[in-house]
Amino acid sequence: MSKFKKKKEGGLAPINTASLPDIVFMLLFFFMVATVMREDTLMIQNALPVANQIEKLDKKNPISYIYIGKPSANYKKFGTEARIQLNDKFADLGEVGTFINAERAALREELIPFLTVSLKVDKEANMGIVGDVKQELRKVNALKINYTTGSGDALTNK
Amino acid sequence: MAKRSAPEVNAGSMADIAFLLLIFFLVTTTIEKDSGINRKLPPIEESEEDVIIKQKNIFTVLLNKNDHLLVEDEVMELKNLRKAAVEFLDNGGDGSCTYCKGKKNPSSSDNPDKAIISLKNDRETSYSAYISVQNELVAAYNVLRNRRALEIGAQKGFPKMNFIDMQDNYKDVRWNGNKEKLKDVIDQIKTEIPQKLSEVQ
Repeated sequence: MSKFKKKKEGGLAPINTASLPDIVFMLLFFFMVATVMREDTLMIQNALPVANQIEKLDKKNPISYIYIGKPSANYKKFGTEARIQLNDKFADLGEVGTFINAERAALREELIPFLTVSLKVDKEANMGIVGDVKQELRKVNALKINYTTGSGDALTNK
Repeated sequence: MAKRSAPEVNAGSMADIAFLLLIFFLVTTTIEKDSGINRKLPPIEESEEDVIIKQKNIFTVLLNKNDHLLVEDEVMELKNLRKAAVEFLDNGGDGSCTYCKGKKNPSSSDNPDKAIISLKNDRETSYSAYISVQNELVAAYNVLRNRRALEIGAQKGFPKMNFIDMQDNYKDVRWNGNKEKLKDVIDQIKTEIPQKLSEVQ
């Protein structure tokens, strides 16, 4: 038994990872604050075009979302043409009016005139289907719409 | 008695737990895009009354299925559209518009109140091209409104504030200025340069 223990040889000193949780927590909090839970499961491709003359959608007023785009990879059986998605389901053109009326029925009476319809349309979609949806919205008198876009230079949209 | 130091807690798995939470949030949440171009659709009217509008007061923009632009019967690049629209709106042909700085060309629009931009697109037009055109046309109105805002603002006590700033300030609860006065200025600009953008179905 020697009084002086020999230092262990070989092997690097372990790296101190005590601050790793802190860093990950920081990221976690960032994501918790900056994002919101998904409302609808998207069944379509939904890459929005960009524009720079945009206004913020007023969160004080009720907003209904209408998604339009090609069915995404998992839903190829629904074809390759752009389709309408309302809530969690594909919908026909005729259902747009019903959808708006249902959204209205869920609102308080005084808020009904302020309902804004946010159109989230994939940039590869054609104007034909968008025009049809707009026509349907006119029929049920939902006239406030918002073409939801990202922000950026509109000339780079192609 | 010898003092014993408190045993160290092994926190090695804390990072794993945090990662688990992080990945959960990454997967189930989205960063929401909540801004865009606001438009108001025209209501469906029962009575079919033809409003007669002079041809020179209409600025026709056609967007065909190949996303090519035809503006006032001439082919145009998208990047030139904004300037052309500003020139048309700002023309002031009948001289009734005191704040217009245009060329006063008698064959172009009379004044911003009468000037109408008419946008027509095909069914096969792509949505991204359509948004780009909408964006440029809205930008043309904003160019004129901003210019006017800088002129009026200087007189009414809101110097160095363009139209966009005015609207932002008006909506901002933390802005401490005279909101009623600002509202008047905004309304004045809106009536002087109204956004008359019609879409043909």
